[in-house]
Amino acid sequence: MWHSEFAYDPAADGMDQFGPIVGLSLTVSLSAALVAAVLGLGLAALLALTRFPGRRVLVVAVNALLGLPPVVVGLLLYLLLSHGGPLGGLGLLFTPGAMVAAQAILATPIVAALAHRVLEADWVEYGRALQASGASRWQALWPLLGMGRRALATAVLAGFGRTVSEVGAVLVVGGNIAGHTRTMTTAIALETSKGNLALALALGMVLIGISVAVSATVLVLGGQPERKRI
Amino acid sequence: MKHLVAALLLAAGLAAAPVAATSARAETIVLASTTSVDNSGLLKHILPVFTKATGIEVKVLAQGTGQALATAARGDADIVLVHDPEAEAKFIAAGHGILRREIAWNDFLIVGPKADPAHIAGGKDAVAALKAIYAAKAAFVSRGDASGTDALEKRLWKAAGLNPAGQDWYKDIGGGMGAALNAAAGMEAVTLTDRGTWISFRNKRDLVEQVSGDPKLINRYDVIQLDPVRHPNIKRAAAAKFAEWLVGKEGQAAIGAYRLDGETLFHPDAKP
Repeated sequence: MWHSEFAYDPAADGMDQFGPIVGLSLTVSLSAALVAAVLGLGLAALLALTRFPGRRVLVVAVNALLGLPPVVVGLLLYLLLSHGGPLGGLGLLFTPGAMVAAQAILATPIVAALAHRVLEADWVEYGRALQASGASRWQALWPLLGMGRRALATAVLAGFGRTVSEVGAVLVVGGNIAGHTRTMTTAIALETSKGNLALALALGMVLIGISVAVSATVLVLGGQPERKRI
Repeated sequence: MKHLVAALLLAAGLAAAPVAATSARAETIVLASTTSVDNSGLLKHILPVFTKATGIEVKVLAQGTGQALATAARGDADIVLVHDPEAEAKFIAAGHGILRREIAWNDFLIVGPKADPAHIAGGKDAVAALKAIYAAKAAFVSRGDASGTDALEKRLWKAAGLNPAGQDWYKDIGGGMGAALNAAAGMEAVTLTDRGTWISFRNKRDLVEQVSGDPKLINRYDVIQLDPVRHPNIKRAAAAKFAEWLVGKEGQAAIGAYRLDGETLFHPDAKP
């Protein structure tokens, strides 16, 4: 038992995969967070700055989707992307692209809901002044984004926090293929199932480190008063 | 904010690069396999040999036999490598597979805690061991995931004329072989495992081999090619090349050469 833990062959135990796994995890999750940032901020601006029928329903829907169960998102996306499914022709199943899509779906409501609160408050407070100075609704968006930049960055980071630690969806649509779609979370699940607790723990430490760093950044950004300028 | 945007854009660029590189590379096939051939390290050992010989890259989806066959039936894999004769026969009867060939065998064994509450250690009769476990109400971990190992376990209980489902000592964990071994190690329970996963498993704790050598515990691994009429999307030629390689001289030699802790995990036995 002990000797097998210490007479360690890194290749046999998968330690050689450590770097690529961390790299793929970060690229997939950062890409997903970027997609979620664009979609989420756009949706938040739409909800905060405009009035249209069904807007309130959409606000409720976005907030209700904050707790989307990842494994269900994975399953639905799997059915869509499967060869038999409506989007099967894209050939995205079991690729990093499918994983980015799954994580972006999970993170977009988070970015949208958090950013909506920020933009709406600023719009209520400064919207009239901005419009009085001759700006249209959409021209007013830029100063609003600038004013709320810290809080908005926090929203995007919260989205990233969700994507990087998620396992259920990427496992289903990615397939945990070594060297192609194996992320930190799916590798931890796999290595644990192989009884290879050393590598699972090492990856776990990296993941916890990233998660703590993201949370700390969110706290620091959120804790500082916004310098509001028009 | 500017820095954040720049960082995210950079990350997106980095993300796009490997994705593009992967899709531009030579031919790849998706192999839906049972977990044991992957978790035991066999595929990691033999696939580079195949890729070197043919230039074809094999992406492995390690799933239980039931899930692997379901994935292939949906057209989401190019070829399957599994170990449940009954489920395979159904898969072929349903028109999904055309050619099934045995590539290797090893055996299943019953492992349990050293304390051996059901007094089964040293036995060679799997059915008798299950009867003893049932009588002693000894903790037993079941895969419960429709894998090949799970299917065999259910057949053995049937052969014993017993139905343990619902008993509080019978833990249906709904997980892979490794998860079942972790659970058995943690709960000091008995479980049925394939030898490949068992030898390569690194968290045995108090578990030891207790019953083996029963002809009922033979474990055969089959490669099945898919019906190109039913599944026109699959990479038929490359998948056929892989199957031929597995049953051919080179593949069989690569399988036989894989040893761990001085033991052969899979005995090649393809008929030429």
